[in-house]
Amino acid sequence: MTAPDQGSALRTTPLHAVHQRAGATLVDFAGWEMPLRYGGERGEHTAVRETAGLFDLSHMGEIHVTGPQAADMLDYALVGHLSKVTPGRARYTMITAADGGVLDDLIVYRLGDEEYLVVANAANAETVLAALSERAAGFGALVEDRSPDYALIAVQGPAAAAILAPLTDADLSGIKYYAGYSHHVAGHPALLARTGYTGEDGFEIFLTPGSAAPAVWEALLESGEPHGLVPAGLSARDTLRLEAGMPLYGNELDAQTTPFEANLGRVVKLDKPGDFVGREALQRVADDGPRRRLVGLVSRGRRPLRKGNTVLLDGAPVGAVTSGAPSPTLGKPVAMAYIDSGADPGAGEAAVDVRGRAEAVDVVDLPFYRRER
Amino acid sequence: MSVPAELNYTSEHEWVAISDGVATVGITAFAAEALGDIVYVEPPETGTTVAVGETCGEVESTKSVSDLYSPVNGEVVDVNQAAVDNPEVIGTDPYGQGWLFKVEVTEEPSELLSPEQYTQLTEGEG
Repeated sequence: MTAPDQGSALRTTPLHAVHQRAGATLVDFAGWEMPLRYGGERGEHTAVRETAGLFDLSHMGEIHVTGPQAADMLDYALVGHLSKVTPGRARYTMITAADGGVLDDLIVYRLGDEEYLVVANAANAETVLAALSERAAGFGALVEDRSPDYALIAVQGPAAAAILAPLTDADLSGIKYYAGYSHHVAGHPALLARTGYTGEDGFEIFLTPGSAAPAVWEALLESGEPHGLVPAGLSARDTLRLEAGMPLYGNELDAQTTPFEANLGRVVKLDKPGDFVGREALQRVADDGPRRRLVGLVSRGRRPLRKGNTVLLDGAPVGAVTSGAPSPTLGKPVAMAYIDSGADPGAGEAAVDVRGRAEAVDVVDLPFYRRER
Repeated sequence: MSVPAELNYTSEHEWVAISDGVATVGITAFAAEALGDIVYVEPPETGTTVAVGETCGEVESTKSVSDLYSPVNGEVVDVNQAAVDNPEVIGTDPYGQGWLFKVEVTEEPSELLSPEQYTQLTEGEG
């Protein structure tokens, strides 16, 4: 075992001192010193499923795209049909290279007719900024990295709306899933969006300036206390998104993977007018079918399945685990894995090679967990 | 962080208590805290011959896998099935109900750490 790297070059969010005071275990995540957990990650996971959890996501990248051709530019730069999104709504989408490989998965909010907010993963923020800037050439659109101005707080879980309601002028029942509007939270201007990465109802609160984050964080904790709200770290966030079958860039998604392999072909809008980066390659994958596909694995044993483990069908390798952890909700080890498109898991015994020993698994459709609505 | 004075320690963050030629082994509170919630443990099976410096099992948390090492040479004579069934006890009571396995010692260990030495080690890593 080694202690976490205490390197001094890590970036910190406006909530760093708040996390330190809360006794969080802080780790290097994509160059940011972020809370891994505050107490036990399984307690944090369960709180999000049953009541609510509070997350600092200020490491995410925020890129503004503005101008009369902002919509056209994003239609060209991304796989989605962003010009069709109405102001106040958001889309889950992706940016790919010309060969169709995923550079990042994104949430794009249309803030106004000529203004979009592109939210990128921290590890890819620079890549996305560079690609958007390059692809904006010839369009009447300005691409700006606004990440340093923003803090991002998420409150996620069935009690999220009840916790947030007393702190905002927004009518939360009027904010649909994947919608976001300018409001105030605890007296501070915020883009309030009904989005998340946990499989639960919840909100993401984009704060500019980010210096408002500690006050908003404390107000949410206070409002949430009677509901059982707890701060939650990246470890719980990872098991929550895994149960919800949501991909993580670097695990299920990378530059060697197309959206179709990740069962996310629906985000590629091949029927939108005009060319877009990756169209030709992605059309080919859509026509021929992907060479591998993402599946869920549930272990029959108790030993955790881990990223990198080989998936076996009747003893022969057919793929690899991309994310694996014991599922607190199911009480069993679960994993996401890519398997060869030609492999039929129904036709044999599936297993995962966990450091030299085959653990029997069942191959299931994703997600592992779906909330009751 | 608790480092009981009556135990000896290893640089792999395990504790050992030797009594009547039998060594009881577990992981330290420092290790349990660093791992986070422990979700799976696989101690060596009863009857296994273990040796200093060789891996003999594993402890897993939500995020990581750590190898277990035997601090002594000998044969495993008992395994804590309660900890295997409910691994969270390793985190809540690492020096008590969270013990992992017992070894009948064939060779006295020479390089165990005193509580003071182990405390120094963890302060260096913490």
